Amino acid sequence: MQFMLLFSRQGKLRLQKWYVPLSDKEKKKITRELVQTVLARKPKMCSFLEWRDLKVVYKRYASLYFCCAIEEQDNELITLEIIHRYVELLDKYFGSVCELDIIFNFEKAYFILDEFLLGGEAQETSKKTVLKAIEQADLLQEVRPHVVTLHFNSALFLIRLLRLN
Amino acid sequence: MLLRELIRTIRTARTQAEEREMIQKECAAIRSSFREEDNTYRCRNVAKLLYMHMLGYPAHFGQLECLKLIASQKFTDKRIGYLGAMLLLDERQDVHLLMTNCIKNDLNHSTQYVQGLALCTLGCMGSSEMCRDLAGEVEKLLKTSNSYLRKKAALCAVHVIRKVPELMEMFLPATKNLLSEKNHGVLHTSVVLLTEMCERSPDMLAHFRKLVPQLVRILKNLIMSGYSPEHDVSGISDPFLQVRILRLLRILGKSDDDSSEAMNDILAQVATNTETSKNVGNAILYETVLTIMDIKSESGLRVLAINILGRFLLNNDKNIRYVALTSLLKTVQTDHNAVQRHRSTIVDCLKDLDVSIKRRAMELSFALVNGNNIRGMMKELLYFLDSCDPEFKADCASGVFLAAEKYGTDRQTSLHITPAGSYVRDDSVPNLIQLITNSVEMHAYTVQRLYKALLDDISQQPLVQVASWCTGEYGDLLVSGQCEEEEPIQVTEDEVLDVLEGLLVSNLSTPVTRGYSLTAIMKLSTRFSSVNRIKKVVLIYGSSIDVELQQRAVEYNALFKKYDHMRPALLERMPIMEKTAANGPTEIVQTNGETEANPNPNIAIITIHASNATEADMTDFVFQAAVPKTFQLQLLSPSSNVVPALNQGTVTQVIRVLNPQKVSLSFTNCLTYTLKGSPVQDLAEVNNFPPQSWQ
Repeated sequence: MQFMLLFSRQGKLRLQKWYVPLSDKEKKKITRELVQTVLARKPKMCSFLEWRDLKVVYKRYASLYFCCAIEEQDNELITLEIIHRYVELLDKYFGSVCELDIIFNFEKAYFILDEFLLGGEAQETSKKTVLKAIEQADLLQEVRPHVVTLHFNSALFLIRLLRLN
Repeated sequence: MLLRELIRTIRTARTQAEEREMIQKECAAIRSSFREEDNTYRCRNVAKLLYMHMLGYPAHFGQLECLKLIASQKFTDKRIGYLGAMLLLDERQDVHLLMTNCIKNDLNHSTQYVQGLALCTLGCMGSSEMCRDLAGEVEKLLKTSNSYLRKKAALCAVHVIRKVPELMEMFLPATKNLLSEKNHGVLHTSVVLLTEMCERSPDMLAHFRKLVPQLVRILKNLIMSGYSPEHDVSGISDPFLQVRILRLLRILGKSDDDSSEAMNDILAQVATNTETSKNVGNAILYETVLTIMDIKSESGLRVLAINILGRFLLNNDKNIRYVALTSLLKTVQTDHNAVQRHRSTIVDCLKDLDVSIKRRAMELSFALVNGNNIRGMMKELLYFLDSCDPEFKADCASGVFLAAEKYGTDRQTSLHITPAGSYVRDDSVPNLIQLITNSVEMHAYTVQRLYKALLDDISQQPLVQVASWCTGEYGDLLVSGQCEEEEPIQVTEDEVLDVLEGLLVSNLSTPVTRGYSLTAIMKLSTRFSSVNRIKKVVLIYGSSIDVELQQRAVEYNALFKKYDHMRPALLERMPIMEKTAANGPTEIVQTNGETEANPNPNIAIITIHASNATEADMTDFVFQAAVPKTFQLQLLSPSSNVVPALNQGTVTQVIRVLNPQKVSLSFTNCLTYTLKGSPVQDLAEVNNFPPQSWQ
């Protein structure tokens, strides 16, 4: 995989992971073009498109587009599974994940991604193992920020609960 | 301000300007905090900076701060620091090199999660220098018994090898027992590492071939083993690992009979037993098919693979259909007959809604056209041409004409093809002209239709060129109203000349088109009676600014004056043209020996032009020559070692021959290339050099 982008239906970038060295300017250009191309696709179209010399695999989950650029010899169908696995990991970690979770906890989204993929390839194929590693690493975090996070997540939970009522 | 607070605040901004203001304020605060070297809040500040960076704002002033965080003892700091490094730093900036020492220390840290952070960062963005410095540490970790670290080290090694291929050798010992691991993470990443090494080095490939039985065993266990909750995806055990193993097997089995045989059974097993109801299963099948087609598999297995692709074509999931068409396109040359069986399904895909699927279906359809199915296929393709998007029309029309030229068409089909002329590309113009010339009984009809097209629209240059050529050739048929296939139009000689002269003066016409028109007008001088008018036109253009037109006009003028007796013969109807495309491998190289004047009279400089008229590209094209002892040969580098198909380009190479004894020049040449996946060798002797090249 060369890079992965997460963006909203309005084209706002929520996560960008680059596995190839490019300048900031180039990254911005690529992001802009690709986001435009993917957002222009109609629902009936397939999840793959050729873009420059790469293959792009994308899938929409609720309000977020997950977009990966893979190389000629990579398997498009399994890339869809990779995307799905990442979504599952996020879902398990945040508990019924939504776009807001990714916005407010973007650094966690990166940490999870970095426990699942390394250099563009999957490093662990067991969901349980990835989640366990994140859990353990979270415990290592020194008290102060951790407590803040806990508070905030609880607050969000309460707000959601209140909203539901 | 806390990170979450900042995010919430920025999101309340109602305009871009408001957002920018907030960001600038916050950045200023962060900058001063950085200046104060505040350790407590550095982590939070960098995190905030990363958020703002994602929104598109500059964050370069945080780069050094990331390095400070990485060097900190706190895990929280390191986590954000490494993340910041991966997002803000890149190998173009020297700053990143400062990370090297930190990473080295962290690779040896007592906590595996810190080691993990270091491995991840190195494996994601390590530059060549960093990789060189730290390869040893990675290699060490590749041998650890800690599977958490081992799997990361394997992928880190992949990155190191990609950046510094010469270091590949040092990882070889550590790969010894990688596949004996039970841990799936390590297995998966090990297979990725082995794949990378085999792809890069033929020696490694030969070395790792012995792993085939082990890989087959692992794959078998995955398929046969019962439900394993940890690795299960929709009833399939670790599909990620299965796919990677299949890919590695593909590389190992390619061009090797023994390995291919050893994997034959397992491939058949995977192909028949994998559950196809979900995408996961199909992903594995897809990889299996790719492997079967690439290795030296027996024909039964190959047919099985193509049938799987055929089934994919009928799948409801458009992604599966897309993947099937792509794969069939790759195999249609080598397994033509097997793919033919699925022709009707492929043609149906022309009606699909997805653009990519349509394009692939079109390419595949053209590849499948042959003498037997030309009528049926033409019908479908012409229908497609009429209804498809503009972006396809040029390629489709050209494909239609190429097919018609190759396999011949009957009157019915020719009737329908001609309108397609409006869509052709520039390079199809000669082909189309040849096609028209050779369809003798269609001349009257063709010229009429093309003339009508000219009346409609003169902006499409390829069409205009073909139409004016035809009008010049068959103008007599046009005015005499000889068309049988449709109502003949009433047109006078003057009207025809009006149209052609109109092309000459129109702004829409390119110089090439003008050349066509002028020649067409000239040809009509032997077919029409209004010769005086034509003479006048030709006279005028004798002083045209366009040099090409001027030259033509002057020559035609001369035809009227001094060589009038030759005019009828020169301008008579074109004869049927010989087919220029040859499909046999014997007619591929046109060796065009040229000699140039050069300072050393004993050296002959020969330039070779190689062209390829077959349908597939010739890759790995190598030209070798052997000469008698009296000569010395120097081969300079060729322009390329891929000779494009269908005469689309040539490879040139220069040979210098030292011939001090001035013996008659001759050499034996040996061509080696790969055509459609198979290596070909061709030997020939060349000895018809002109005497001045060696005298």
